[in-house]
Amino acid sequence: MKGNEAIAEAAIRSGCGLFFGYPITPSTEIMEYLAKKLPQAGGTILQGEDEVASINMCYGAAASGARVMTASSSPGFSLKQEGLSYLAAAELPVVVVNVNRTGPGLGGLGPAQSDYFQCTKGGGHGDYRLIVLTPSKGQELYDYTMQAFDLADQYRNPVLILADGFLGQMMEPVELKVRSREELPPKEWVTDGCRGREKRKIASYALTNEIGEANCLYWQTKYNQIKDRLQRWENFYADDAEYLLVGYGTCGRIAKSVVLTARQQGVRLGLLRPITVWPFPEKAFWGLHERVKGIMTIELNAGQMIEDVKLAVQCKTPVHFYSRQGGMLPTEREIWQAFCRTFQLALTEEEL
Amino acid sequence: MMDKILLAGFGGQGIMFLGKVMAYAGMLNHREVCWIPSYGPEMRGGTANCSVMIANEEIYSPVIEVADAGIVLNQPSYEKFVSRIKPGGVLVVNSSLISLGSQRPDIHLIDIPAGQIANQLGNDHLANMVCLGAIISKLALIDMETVQQAMQFLIGKKKPELLALNLSAICKGIEYGYGSGLHPI
Repeated sequence: MKGNEAIAEAAIRSGCGLFFGYPITPSTEIMEYLAKKLPQAGGTILQGEDEVASINMCYGAAASGARVMTASSSPGFSLKQEGLSYLAAAELPVVVVNVNRTGPGLGGLGPAQSDYFQCTKGGGHGDYRLIVLTPSKGQELYDYTMQAFDLADQYRNPVLILADGFLGQMMEPVELKVRSREELPPKEWVTDGCRGREKRKIASYALTNEIGEANCLYWQTKYNQIKDRLQRWENFYADDAEYLLVGYGTCGRIAKSVVLTARQQGVRLGLLRPITVWPFPEKAFWGLHERVKGIMTIELNAGQMIEDVKLAVQCKTPVHFYSRQGGMLPTEREIWQAFCRTFQLALTEEEL
Repeated sequence: MMDKILLAGFGGQGIMFLGKVMAYAGMLNHREVCWIPSYGPEMRGGTANCSVMIANEEIYSPVIEVADAGIVLNQPSYEKFVSRIKPGGVLVVNSSLISLGSQRPDIHLIDIPAGQIANQLGNDHLANMVCLGAIISKLALIDMETVQQAMQFLIGKKKPELLALNLSAICKGIEYGYGSGLHPI
């Protein structure tokens, strides 16, 4: 199935009963698939008049305790930022998908990772964070979407699936695994009618500065807890590596081919593929400077994740950068050549 | 082992479907597969292309720089993709619509009048299937049996009346692929 369809199917199988969205290439198939299948599963899908309406419908649905999702692509995702900020403040569990296309502006339809800052550093106003998962293939689009619903409920926080147009449009076999229900905290905060119990309120407004500060400190405690528990990454030949590539999503999987090429040539290259980009997997980089001579990030932007990598290695290891932008993808050979150039590894024409 | 395949033609010539048949043939044969469409604005009226990878191990990089095999159904596709077949690879060319320009003496070129053959079968939409037949024997990881299963899976239920016709188009292509169309290196 298509990557977008894998996300949609995972949502249905996670008990997501509501979807509000506004279609945009290259994420449209999520909505298209759900329009066909979600009603059959007893759920409801509604096209809002725009992205702003859709994300706010999600706010209402999540406040009533429902599992809910929305999906968009870069320009549409930008329109959802205000809503995301409110969701984060109200601590509402909503799963949001951004199938990144190119930007800025209307951009193009090709694959890109140029929304990295927007997705990991906020995007909307205020000091909030989304949990951001970055799948790299069809099966992961399915698996991570399932996990996203549990994580959202577990931490009472919006969770973002960050993919790109390539992943969304690509068709790969996906095993429709059944996920065992995780022990999740009971939703004792939902506003689903107060007959027979005390009134509850979900709001994001602090009437005094003292309450405002207390709220901020509370959110940061939660974010620190997530940072502590949730950093995820894949280690691909990184244990004995002299050089490291760092890439997520599509770049992460292309980089795997580069690692295998390098190993054939006797170069000890490894890959760290972040699975969460917030929280960024800093733990994966601890102590690396004692062994690793250099790092190169592979991105589909002008250099965004590289900042997190530099912070993670505390500038003790040189960090370089290679990218294609505007909808283009690097080939395995381009990355390998860039890697050899960067670290001045002399290779014959044939080896390149 | 991996088959990297590029497919291209006009929108409407059944390029995406052709790729799907190959991908399903691989999947039903327990291979790893990856099907990637071109999904930009060029789909509307211009050339459509897609790539298919079939492997017996996990597919890491899904980006095809040079392919082992390709099928091109129209002239612009031929010109765009002839340089992206690796030396020793194979390119099936729909000679009903394509005049061979720049030659690649280092690849197997199968020029097959797929359009005419499809017409003789009574449906010019079958050119894609004729070309599929012509390329099957050159691929490592799918064969006629798995393609037949894929066709059964994809159209057997929805349009059973078209199944036999499509299969006969593939068989015509297979015959041709073994015959005069093959230019040795």
